[in-house]
Amino acid sequence: MRDVAVVAFGQSDHVRDSAETSEVEMLMPVLHDVLAQTGLAARDIDFTCSGSSDYLAGRAFSFTMALDGVGAWPPISESHVEMDGAWALYEAWVKLLTGEAETALVYSYGKSSPGSVRDVLTRQLDPYYVAPLWPDAVALAALQAQALIDAGLTDPQALAEIAARSRAAAVTHPHAQLRGEVPMGEPLVAPLRTGDCPPIGDGAAAVVLAAGDTARRLTDRPAWIRGLDHRIEAHALGVRDLTDSPSTRLAAERAGAFELPPGHQGTGGAPMVDTAELHAPFTSQEVVLRRALRLDAPDSTVCVNPSGGALAANPVMATGLIRIGEAAARIQRGASDRALAHATSGPCLQHNLVAVLEGE
Amino acid sequence: MPEVLTAPLVVEFPFTRSLGPVQSAFLTGLRERTVLGVTASDGRVVVPPTEYDPVTAEEIRDLVEVGTSGTVTTWAWNPSPRRGQPLTTPFAWVLVRLDGADTALLHALDAPAPDAVRTGMRVRVRWAPERTGAITDIACFEPDDTAAGNGRPAPHSGAFADPVTQITLPARLDYTYAPGRAQSRYLQALSEHRIVGERCPSCRKVYVPPRGACPTCGVATGTQVEVGPRGTVTTFCIVNIKAKNLDIDVPYVYAHIALDGADLALHARIGGIPYDRVRMGLRVEPVWTEGSRFPDHYRPTGEPDAGYDSYKELI
Repeated sequence: MRDVAVVAFGQSDHVRDSAETSEVEMLMPVLHDVLAQTGLAARDIDFTCSGSSDYLAGRAFSFTMALDGVGAWPPISESHVEMDGAWALYEAWVKLLTGEAETALVYSYGKSSPGSVRDVLTRQLDPYYVAPLWPDAVALAALQAQALIDAGLTDPQALAEIAARSRAAAVTHPHAQLRGEVPMGEPLVAPLRTGDCPPIGDGAAAVVLAAGDTARRLTDRPAWIRGLDHRIEAHALGVRDLTDSPSTRLAAERAGAFELPPGHQGTGGAPMVDTAELHAPFTSQEVVLRRALRLDAPDSTVCVNPSGGALAANPVMATGLIRIGEAAARIQRGASDRALAHATSGPCLQHNLVAVLEGE
Repeated sequence: MPEVLTAPLVVEFPFTRSLGPVQSAFLTGLRERTVLGVTASDGRVVVPPTEYDPVTAEEIRDLVEVGTSGTVTTWAWNPSPRRGQPLTTPFAWVLVRLDGADTALLHALDAPAPDAVRTGMRVRVRWAPERTGAITDIACFEPDDTAAGNGRPAPHSGAFADPVTQITLPARLDYTYAPGRAQSRYLQALSEHRIVGERCPSCRKVYVPPRGACPTCGVATGTQVEVGPRGTVTTFCIVNIKAKNLDIDVPYVYAHIALDGADLALHARIGGIPYDRVRMGLRVEPVWTEGSRFPDHYRPTGEPDAGYDSYKELI
């Protein structure tokens, strides 16, 4: 199998309300940024793939208008997923693995400000038994949080520490929306307080992928994708054990996250990854992911969400792609040798994607 | 920088969905105050029942009747109910494992305060007075002081008189629409009876209405260029079907119009001329009605028709 790497990553500032810009106006500077990083022009890109959801802003076919920012005429090879951009990256990665393309542009954007994202997300639920009750995204996450507390796996203080650590990490992040000391606030849907929840906001992100020697030509230190896998669980919430994430664990296994990296065999204590970017919009979901990914060993040195994660910026549909981009950027600037990136979709971590990235 | 325009936008669909045999039996059962589950391949009783096994994806059809009381497996206190949710006063979201079931059902629990709710508490169904065959036939759950039964659920045929075979579920989402910089500038100018396109700095094309980016070059169209107001019909169609909520007599003509100075045709209705007299090359101009922010339609200017060569690149 040929090697594929992330060679550039860019993102917009994430803001509560971007009413002054349309989707394409918000996205275009990010596309220009990643192209400039590689020196590629739009017409040099072999495959373009995007992820977004028209339900967020209530804007039908917004992804076709966003495509104006790419320069899609004369017609380009292009695809779109109504999912987080992490899954657009998955499609582009497969396309590069087939040898059909040498380079790919992956982007995603989300504008939650025009609507009520808590209610919009109810429309992804089982339309027969669940959606008619309008259980919003915070309510479902709160059911999961209470299950974790009942199981003795966390408590409100531990959740507050996750929130504080994430937003402290984001203090130096130029694009974060919520950073520094943020009060935990009142229960939004108990046991989750406002501080346990992600900020609501708008933003965009883009990644350039390249294969083999093309990647080496475009950047000094490509972030090689050593494994990438995604797995999904039952849609019925009451069928799942909400305190665990078997789909994350399986995706991580298949992506090679639990294997020792080359050159470290036999040392026994070498960390499998030094960085983990987890897509956990709610503090309680980080608890689930840490368990599934075995990041909670007492002597663990893994740096979790140095970007601040989704608790610092959550442009829905781009947050997962940003995890991959942040992990890759850390490798590219030499701050990481092997990083895990995770993206999620659906209620209570239903669908999970894990990527393992490595520097040379 | 013009003011940012916004407008309320409601997206509303009444989705009509067909039910499979298991869903139909379950929802009809609720109408008859009966809760059904389905036995999965591993012997677990799944409530609410699925058409396919959650693990193996096999078709599962063996229905059983479970209790209308159950045990809370997790909960969350909702101090501020939102539109469409089961109760309008503060309540607890609960996952409830009904007696005889092995999985839990999501619903609301009517309780006075969060300190009255705990995992493991006993609850029972409160039926809605009017039931139609929907998950909302369970109005909510309420606290219950009876002990859990331990009998296995009895098989059930799933047969009811007058079964529910499809359900219509309204869905409404409210937005505040904002068109962005380029379209705000365009709409602002329109309200002043000026038509302003935007020029691509790279290929020099003038787009109207502008969307902020040149789709060929992928760059921002930053320069405003006033175009028209007159233009040429490049192509058209005759509309014979009346659109809902549109007060225009059919047949009428809808046309692509290349405004003078624009490199892309926009589309609009043609009025002030019998529908069967409209032709390619017809010269037209916009008609603003009193107090309107945008042209109502375009009408002939009376000029001679434009030659084909003058607009053939814009068809």
